[in-house]
Amino acid sequence: MYKYDQYDQAMVDARVEEFRDQVRRRLDGSLAEEAFRPLRLMNGLYLQLHAYMLRVAVPYGTLNSVQMRALGDIADKYDRGYGHFTTRQNIQYNWIKLEEAPDLLADLAKVEMHAIQTSGNCIRNTTSDQFAGAAADEVIDPRPYAELIRQWSTFHPEFSFLPRKFKMAVIASSTDRAAMRLHDIGIEIVRNAAGEIGAAFYVGGGMGRTPMIAPCINAFVPIDQMITYSEACLRVYNRYGRRDNKYKARIKILVHELGKDEYTRQVEEEFAHLLTQGIEPPLAELERIQAHFADPAFETGLSDAIDRTDPDFALWVDRNTHPHKQPGYAIVSISLKPVGGIPGDASADQIRVMGDLALRYSFDELRVTHTQNIVLPHVKQADLYALWQVLQANDLAAANIDRIGDIIACPGLDYCTLANARSIPVAQKISERMAAKEQEIGELKLKISGCINACGHHHAGHIGILGVDRKGVENYQLLLGGCEGADTSLGQITGPGFDEDGIVGAVERATDFYLAQRADGERFLDTYRRIGMAPFKEAIYG
Amino acid sequence: MKILTGNDLKSGAVTWWDGTEWSLHVEDAVDVGEHADPVIAREQAARRVTGAYAIDAARDAQGIRPAHIKERIRALGPTVRPDLTLKPADPEAGNWVI
Ligand code: SF4
Repeated sequence: MYKYDQYDQAMVDARVEEFRDQVRRRLDGSLAEEAFRPLRLMNGLYLQLHAYMLRVAVPYGTLNSVQMRALGDIADKYDRGYGHFTTRQNIQYNWIKLEEAPDLLADLAKVEMHAIQTSGNCIRNTTSDQFAGAAADEVIDPRPYAELIRQWSTFHPEFSFLPRKFKMAVIASSTDRAAMRLHDIGIEIVRNAAGEIGAAFYVGGGMGRTPMIAPCINAFVPIDQMITYSEACLRVYNRYGRRDNKYKARIKILVHELGKDEYTRQVEEEFAHLLTQGIEPPLAELERIQAHFADPAFETGLSDAIDRTDPDFALWVDRNTHPHKQPGYAIVSISLKPVGGIPGDASADQIRVMGDLALRYSFDELRVTHTQNIVLPHVKQADLYALWQVLQANDLAAANIDRIGDIIACPGLDYCTLANARSIPVAQKISERMAAKEQEIGELKLKISGCINACGHHHAGHIGILGVDRKGVENYQLLLGGCEGADTSLGQITGPGFDEDGIVGAVERATDFYLAQRADGERFLDTYRRIGMAPFKEAIYG
Repeated sequence: MKILTGNDLKSGAVTWWDGTEWSLHVEDAVDVGEHADPVIAREQAARRVTGAYAIDAARDAQGIRPAHIKERIRALGPTVRPDLTLKPADPEAGNWVI
């Protein structure tokens, strides 16, 4: 894992002290709220429905046990004993006091963490594949490239006031586990026929009110020009992205309005110019970063065999573990989605327990996933049973990864000022209603957003739900057929919306219909793609 | 009726204007009629509240009820964590929101 050098630490420490002074001036009246608001947002501090909310950056979702334990301790010390893991691989605290926020940030800085790049019209915290460095199917570990982007983008003077926020994702496997094509820039690290490493650039994706799938604008940028090419993409956007209308200010609108070819032409022109400027970080810097991400000391000669006599354990292994590149090891996904639970929430104790488990069983590493779960990337198969027992004892052993109970739900109207409707109660009811059929249904990704901003990725759900406001009453639209990953698609609205109970029934009718229609081996999404919307609509609305 | 709400500057807690100061309880809110703006300006300048605004509400048998669900959730707390609301012991409290 990356360790801060003296510059990283000095920068983060200085930022804490700067914010401490800004808070002091806000509290003594020398700063008015209009002046203070952008400053607190630059430090991840929002004013939400019930209190201040702090969003903490987890760069490319990677944490060590000391950091995870610190996140648990912060939940106890500054919040109300829990945190919320988000679709941006971050963690949010919902009950922060302004007067305590600088101390909280100082506690974060002690463990090499901060809340920079979690708000504002800058390049936000870069996301990545939660299986990075462990997946059997990756070309190379994408994290050093994500870290390089973090260093390049942090406080980048030219890109601190972009037309709108800017999200980047980096993956290195053809199985896209990071919804890469739904980002402003998605980068897939690839290897060409000559064995050289490069970056495929997908630009102009996003969700929100105008969902778009990013087109590939360059299938192979040599890896030692990745930052220069990123700079060119940003520069064209910064120059021509719309600033007159917030709803048309994301890069996806620029790429769409210019057309992919014209946008690409301008990027290539800028790129050619930037290549003459020598802005790419030296290779030695990439190698320095890569050294931090060397494989841990895996044991060799281990068997993959495990004792599956306990059926609950066997089910959990089938659902929540994934193939590891090293024989004898597994990648473990810890579901934060118990039946009827709040997706992504974890208590301070649970957070600390997961940190301890990482230290004991996973070479001190954890990942936060965009599906609001936690991953232990390197667990010995022989340790799985002991690990599972601890998870069970802490209500962390739900065996439902990528099943209908593994719901993504944004905070919605229970916490978020922008929301139109509550997301969490809908998730809870669906999870309870569908629990008995969950395993029979198989893979089904259900995603819920409380408003059109789509933090709950409803466009990309096999089943998506969008909360809307119908004259002050919560109403829910149903979407089918969305998908993130290599075959990204956007969900389509089925028809008129439902109330809270109605949407649960509609989901059940859709899944019952799927069970009746599916051909051998078909997932919900496959059946939907084969037979289309019309019969589903008929089954849902009667 | 029009009532005023905002957040306590230091703690961020949701507060309601009771005519003299800011209360945590919506039932203490008073009707400010057409006089919201001067109260907001004065109270924000004095840093007793931040992000203050006026909302529609009505008085019913249970007290003052904000017109919009968002404000009712602000008044109570998250419906999915009754233990963290202002009425943790009342299992029916969430129904008031809907
Ligand atoms: S989707 Fe809307 S309601 Fe949900 S967290 Fe984002 S802004 Fe808030």
